[in-house]
Amino acid sequence: MNLPVLKGAAYALFHSPDILFIGGSTQRVERLKNPEGEYLRQLPSHLRSYEEVVQYPPNQVFIGNLLPEELEGIPRPWYSNLITGASDRGRFGDIVSEDLLYGLLKLADSFDLVYLEKDFQARIKEKLLQTGLFGDEDFAKWKEGSGREEIEKYIREAAAEELLLDGQVVGCVRRAHDVDENLQAHVMLENLVAKATSIWAVRRLLKLLGSTGEEVEYIIETSEEACGDMNQRGGGNFAKAIGEMCGLRNAAGADMRSFCAGPAHGLVTAAALVQAGIYRNVLVVGGGAVAKLGMNGRDHVKKGMPMLEDVLGAFAVLVGENDGANPVIRTDIIGRHKIGSGATPQAVMEALVTEPLARGNLRIGDIDKYAPEMQNPEITEPAGAGNVPKANYKMIGALAVMKGEIQRGELEDFIKRHGMPGYAPTQGHIPSGVPFLAFAREGILNGRYNRVMIIGKGSLFLGRLTGLFDGVSFILERNQGVAPGRAEQLDMDEVRRLVAEAMRRVAREIGGNVHAAERHQ
Amino acid sequence: MDLENQARVKELAEKYNPADLIVVLGGAEAEASGLTAETVTNGDPAFAGPLTGVQLGLRVYHILEPEVKEAVDPEVYEKQVGMMEMVLDVEAITNEVRTIREQYSKY
Repeated sequence: MNLPVLKGAAYALFHSPDILFIGGSTQRVERLKNPEGEYLRQLPSHLRSYEEVVQYPPNQVFIGNLLPEELEGIPRPWYSNLITGASDRGRFGDIVSEDLLYGLLKLADSFDLVYLEKDFQARIKEKLLQTGLFGDEDFAKWKEGSGREEIEKYIREAAAEELLLDGQVVGCVRRAHDVDENLQAHVMLENLVAKATSIWAVRRLLKLLGSTGEEVEYIIETSEEACGDMNQRGGGNFAKAIGEMCGLRNAAGADMRSFCAGPAHGLVTAAALVQAGIYRNVLVVGGGAVAKLGMNGRDHVKKGMPMLEDVLGAFAVLVGENDGANPVIRTDIIGRHKIGSGATPQAVMEALVTEPLARGNLRIGDIDKYAPEMQNPEITEPAGAGNVPKANYKMIGALAVMKGEIQRGELEDFIKRHGMPGYAPTQGHIPSGVPFLAFAREGILNGRYNRVMIIGKGSLFLGRLTGLFDGVSFILERNQGVAPGRAEQLDMDEVRRLVAEAMRRVAREIGGNVHAAERHQ
Repeated sequence: MDLENQARVKELAEKYNPADLIVVLGGAEAEASGLTAETVTNGDPAFAGPLTGVQLGLRVYHILEPEVKEAVDPEVYEKQVGMMEMVLDVEAITNEVRTIREQYSKY
């Protein structure tokens, strides 16, 4: 079977303390219901500086400067044990400051909705150029920035969303329609952020791969935002909007949604498209979720903690044809939560873990690392949501006990060997398995792992259309050193050539005989 | 407990005899389960939802408590809850919910 491979993955985190204040759903609701309340008053003193965000150990893991397992050696709370001298550039990506994000928003703006203050815009353009991810051609359409008065007028009179830096207005995002709810300024901010953060991740990925992106034939965008107007809320298409800004001239694309499971669905689909030969290289991408900034902020403030949900996440992954080296995606044993699977945690985990493993004659212990929902427990525990990855590992371990693979007393050891601490921000689709792809690829390439399972799960009930749960899983496995599909292809070509030659010979002989017969008549 | 669910519990307690109702929780963690139990007995401790200041005093149990386990077909319980029973801190959850129940349940 010609299995597709994981060619690379890149990540980015965007420090967004001011967007958190303006656009996070928790803060937005609080402003509506309790504008003079204690939470909004106390919040600013709980915001972290960019340096603190860079030095925060889980963030260093997210961009590849630390292994997930290395977090176990750092005492908690991690926000009190920062890594002095940590870099905002990692092997797999970057941590980006909020001023650069605003510049990126301007870059992502195709409809003249983002206004930046004149001096700020000039400064940020230079800073974006210095990152090496953008060139002069990217700024060809930039006109001079706006005056402060003009920006303040849009905010005051036309319901524009403020872009603040350290509490000062440096720009705004205007609404794209006066009455259409789907094109109001806060929605445009959310959608432009999802687009802009994705652009960064894709450009970083191309840089890491040393590629211009010419080879990308399809893009699947898997965030949780909806782009469209009142006649087609969620019509799309983030994928092409992102590709357009990354020079992916040969790519088509579309968006795929399934709450937090979106990226895993996207990757399975990408693998299928490549394996079927429809597209040779498929990019899967997801950008940041503004609404989730500070989602559990009330609990963090109440417990005297920093606002840890102050970063947006983004990722970009390339799936391509078997190159004989990169880890293969085992498309023959995809796990899926079926409509008839049932919604109990047990039913879900059996559908995603034990069922596909059994189909591949594999045991639970044959997977070296599981990457389920990788939320940072330091964010979720104070909010009463527990340690999400650990709960997942316990469930997988409990299944191993029920299957008789391990004893109950070995559960903790199983979790240690096959799991890892969570390190991803609570950005919905961002933590769901995908943060580990780059580590999985690297670990499989250097012999650390043989197999890794990526598990995406989604809470569909949030949309109030169904009470069903969702999930999909797939296994990355070491490539056997040859591209079996390609070898088969070569054999088939050879067979075709021999058959064609034989046919030609037969045709010649028949033709010759016919001519000879004709001559004898 | 989210506001929508608080509204539903309140409606049900008004529609039916509250003495006939039992709330069964499925929370994964002791503190959160305790807060939910408190909401349906003594009122919303966050002072945010429709149950703020409303003392329904309903009987409330967690699915992992022995009283519930004994009431369920063992085969069904094993299939539906067996794995989570192994995973969650049954003792902490049971203690938390029982304490709230004994303190605030009227029935």
